[in-house]
Amino acid sequence: MTTEAGSETEVKEKAEESAAETDQSEKASEGAQEVTDAEGEDKEKEKEKDGKEGKGIARYLPTWLKKQKSQSQTSPTKEEPPKEESNSKDTQEEDGPVPEVNGHAEEVEEKEAVKSDEVKEQEAESHSTASADTEPAKEEKVQESAEKSPEETVVTEEGEGVEEEKKEQEGEGEKEGEEGGEEGHTSIFQSPLRLVRKSKMKLVVCRVTLLDGTDFTCEVEKRAKGQFLFFKVCEHLNLMEKDYFGLSYIDSHEQKVWLDPTKEIKRQIRSNNWQFSFNVKFYPPDPSLLTEDITRYLLCLQLREDVASGRLPCSFVTHALLGSYTLQAEVGDYEPDQPRPLDNVGQLTFAPNQNREMEEKIVELHKSHRGMTPAQADVQFLENAKKLSMYGVDLHHAKDSEGVDIMLGVCANGLLVYKDRLRINRFAWPKILKISYKRNNFYIKIRPGETEQFESTVGFKLQNHRSAKRLWKVCVENHSFFRLNAPEPPTKARFLTLGSKFRYSGRTQAQSRVASSLIDRPAPCFERTSSKRISRSLDGAPMIRITEATSENGGDPHLELHSDSKESAPQAEDAPVAENEISDTKEPAKTAEVEIEETVVVQEVSIAPKPGLVTVTSPQEVTVEKEVVVTVETKEAKQESVSSESESEEEAEYQPNVSVSICHTQILEEEEEEEEEEEKKGVSVPDAPSLPAEVEEEPEQKNNAEEEIQAKSNDDPITTQATNGHSLPEDSAVAPEEEEEEEEEEQEEQLKMNGVASVVEAEPRLQVICCSEPPVVKTEMVTISDTFAAQKTEIATKEVPIVHTETKTITYEAAQLDGNGDGEPGVLMTAQTITSESLCTTTTTHITKTLKGGLSETRIEKRIVITGDCDIDHDQALAQAIKEAKEQHPDMSVTRVVVHKETELAEEED
Amino acid sequence: MAGFGHYTHAIVRGIPASLAKEALRSSQSEVDLAGARKEHEAYVQVLGTRLGLEVVELPADESLPDCVFVEDAVVVCGDTALITRPGAESRRKETEVMKAALKNLNLNIVEMTDENATLDGGDVLFTGQEFFVGLSKRTNQKGAEILADVFKDYAVSTVPVLQGLHLKSFCSMGGPGLILIGSSEHAQKTLKIMQQMSDHRYDKLTLPDDAAANCLYMNLPNKGHVLVHPTAEEYPESATVFDKLKDHMLIPVSNIEKTKVDGALTCCSVLITKRANI
Repeated sequence: MTTEAGSETEVKEKAEESAAETDQSEKASEGAQEVTDAEGEDKEKEKEKDGKEGKGIARYLPTWLKKQKSQSQTSPTKEEPPKEESNSKDTQEEDGPVPEVNGHAEEVEEKEAVKSDEVKEQEAESHSTASADTEPAKEEKVQESAEKSPEETVVTEEGEGVEEEKKEQEGEGEKEGEEGGEEGHTSIFQSPLRLVRKSKMKLVVCRVTLLDGTDFTCEVEKRAKGQFLFFKVCEHLNLMEKDYFGLSYIDSHEQKVWLDPTKEIKRQIRSNNWQFSFNVKFYPPDPSLLTEDITRYLLCLQLREDVASGRLPCSFVTHALLGSYTLQAEVGDYEPDQPRPLDNVGQLTFAPNQNREMEEKIVELHKSHRGMTPAQADVQFLENAKKLSMYGVDLHHAKDSEGVDIMLGVCANGLLVYKDRLRINRFAWPKILKISYKRNNFYIKIRPGETEQFESTVGFKLQNHRSAKRLWKVCVENHSFFRLNAPEPPTKARFLTLGSKFRYSGRTQAQSRVASSLIDRPAPCFERTSSKRISRSLDGAPMIRITEATSENGGDPHLELHSDSKESAPQAEDAPVAENEISDTKEPAKTAEVEIEETVVVQEVSIAPKPGLVTVTSPQEVTVEKEVVVTVETKEAKQESVSSESESEEEAEYQPNVSVSICHTQILEEEEEEEEEEEKKGVSVPDAPSLPAEVEEEPEQKNNAEEEIQAKSNDDPITTQATNGHSLPEDSAVAPEEEEEEEEEEQEEQLKMNGVASVVEAEPRLQVICCSEPPVVKTEMVTISDTFAAQKTEIATKEVPIVHTETKTITYEAAQLDGNGDGEPGVLMTAQTITSESLCTTTTTHITKTLKGGLSETRIEKRIVITGDCDIDHDQALAQAIKEAKEQHPDMSVTRVVVHKETELAEEED
Repeated sequence: MAGFGHYTHAIVRGIPASLAKEALRSSQSEVDLAGARKEHEAYVQVLGTRLGLEVVELPADESLPDCVFVEDAVVVCGDTALITRPGAESRRKETEVMKAALKNLNLNIVEMTDENATLDGGDVLFTGQEFFVGLSKRTNQKGAEILADVFKDYAVSTVPVLQGLHLKSFCSMGGPGLILIGSSEHAQKTLKIMQQMSDHRYDKLTLPDDAAANCLYMNLPNKGHVLVHPTAEEYPESATVFDKLKDHMLIPVSNIEKTKVDGALTCCSVLITKRANI
């Protein structure tokens, strides 16, 4: 499903990007689409109804929001949603678990792609402006009239792969007349789902080199996400503890790159070489904690390769010792009568400089392992390998500030700096406040030591920006995996810079451990590479039996596989969702912690409104007391910056969350500091720190709200019901386009908020920018993973009644208006804060800055706190607040809406 | 690796008469040769008789006044011995006899032949899990690199030696995961660097006197944790700190004379672990 959707978007993109021809055709087809979409619209309406019934915010959101999105994106919004829904439904029916994954992936892509084409946006804005229709249907029409297909939006976001896709599509079209035609239509007019139904996606053969050196071949849809292929491989391997592994490919620069599970494969590999390899991505610091022998076996295979290739250096003795365990595992007990051992050893590669002496040593040690089962030998192998100093260290070439060649090693504990073989520095994850890259520079901001007052930033030079980004990604992933309880939401508002919004989307080690502790299946039999020995768990049978078993297995491996697959089938289902589930279910205690963190963040936010991006932010906070804080930030940006896709890739930041071990308090401080810094820079708005929040109700509500917003016309001023007496300064005229864009983005975000399942249903057209349980700031990039998170949150909440307080922060952020964005400080001209109290507490902050080029930018930040019982319709209040804000400042655009919800978790909510 | 401090052998060397006058020293002082030899004899006896190590005694060489300080000539870890290239040119030949002795023990010998490299064993702190190499007047980066190349299993981190002769002039291991460290500013600073550079956590025991932080730790069968440390006579304040090590067998050894030529307790022996079956 996802694949299809992606294709559509691509098509749209192509259409947009490519010559007017496409557009025309699209237009022509649009009419047809409308007809076709009728069904979809109906569905949408239904959805809306549903949403209204629910608590979703979406229902309250003005239509214009929806329109805006579509407009800005240049793609018809309405059509998309229905399509998505239908698609999603279809997909679910057809694929079951897979669809969800796809959906996520799509979202992610969209987010990433988010780079909005200004032109498109402008057009869209104009359209939207013209059509102030409150009704969604009208909006849709308008949008359509705009000539842009709903999917286009998506396309815009996806930016990266578009060209390729186009080419591919074109190629397809040429090759396959009907198919191509259908695709084109679908892409333009129909939703991806339909496409799927009507025309089977093109299948591509993927070749995955497994750890035992064999190739696994399978077919995937051309637009499948990385995750899909990964799960297929894991299923083939009968691997359940899959979080430590990943797929990699060789990019056009001969660099090994990890395949992002949340993105389409095709867009990543950028070539027709669908060749991957299955590798360990995160080396567990203590392999004995792995649950299954098969996982350890695969880890052994990886390490054997690492050792033999020299990537994992070790001494002669260690080489011999590891080799002897390998022999024991693969061959069994040493048998003196057979001449075979030494020959065998000679055939196997244990070390980069293997010689006779080493082989003799290996055999000698092998003799001492008599009686050891393969699984036991693996355990011993790992116990020795894990002690090696370079175990699990991912090395990257770099230069220090003085141009000296060094190596940067990323590992479970942090970042290591090597000069030649010597470790010359080390930055443990807790010491690192921020990781970023810009062009070919890689920076880490270090927490000040006990005696130091200021944090310092250490910079390294990478070969090029690609390697800098790769290093940054690896850092983000490793930090997330090893230090966090749950993955961080993809994007933070802070990064107004057009950086990559990449975040680790999989399970963390903590989650993985919980998950694997729940594995309840008999230890799977698996065939060992060279020996054909079947290994069993430690309790395992004597060698002889094993051999027999092997023969049996050999007889019909297929059967076994089937059984495995059946067993693992539940996994597969879980897998897509797995992330969410895991986080939720497994660690109630952690959840509680998270909540605390969130709370803290919220406090920070409420205390200090921060000037960030040009945006209107309306955060709703529901506290235990059931206070809802709605903050509306309005910013005017005279300058528009065009965000280029390339830019987004050029730099990115990542601020590692507090590790589990760190106390919350510390975390808070950190966050605050960070935020302050950001404020100073004027680049980013402080969002709630990325804390994993668990929102039960909110997702739905938000969705509803979005819908409402969409229903309202863009032109309609937004009124904040809850908020009264705020004087929003109307400074510079905001470009309508910008506003629209912002709105669109907001809408998108909202969609995300609906998130998870709802996302699909809600409105496919809208680009879901962001929705995260924790404070998530979404900018241009939308991450699918967020959706998952939302789901997780919900689940978690329900499952974990322990939590007393729940805080949710949702940020809707418009595309960044200021291109300056790169963080040019700007000069603060005025800043004033007005606070009034009534039913709701409203705080309005006006900040005017002079930006580069003499332009001034005024941002108005409104913080509305709504406190009340459950009876209060927060969503409605929010919607009105937005509306009001819009009305008050017609010339300003709403760039960001942050909703903080703090709720007492009562069973009632569930 | 397993069983940090499980030593079986010790290599020591006699004191040449030339030590009194010609041995290198950082401060002027008169060495009582007879007293030094007496102390050394007691030291060797503790290792051999009291602790049961198999002691290999190398003959003194009058042309090598510092030869008693065998630690600087070699770094032994596991079955591998790295013959160093001492930073002081007058000491380079100390390695020859040492090499022969190590060969007799069937260790894998690796020699540091690079003429740009210098390394004194006194700058090498092996914690059982990793190496710290002090960059000092006697040890340079190249020497550390070669060490890292030889002992590939372990992380090798370099730390600056801000004051004093060697890294181990103000620190040593007091047990698995326990670092003995002097209280001077530079010693504390170096410790901080070591802690930052390490993936492992170390406890520390701070001693009022830097020199008292140089002790010999062993973990021996039937004796458990053993710490050979300076006497209360030399460092009265520090002596009380050692008493905190309740689990250790504490053996004070007088080292007054050799200290005058910068010789600490660890300097006078090379401890080796030889496993029976390998």
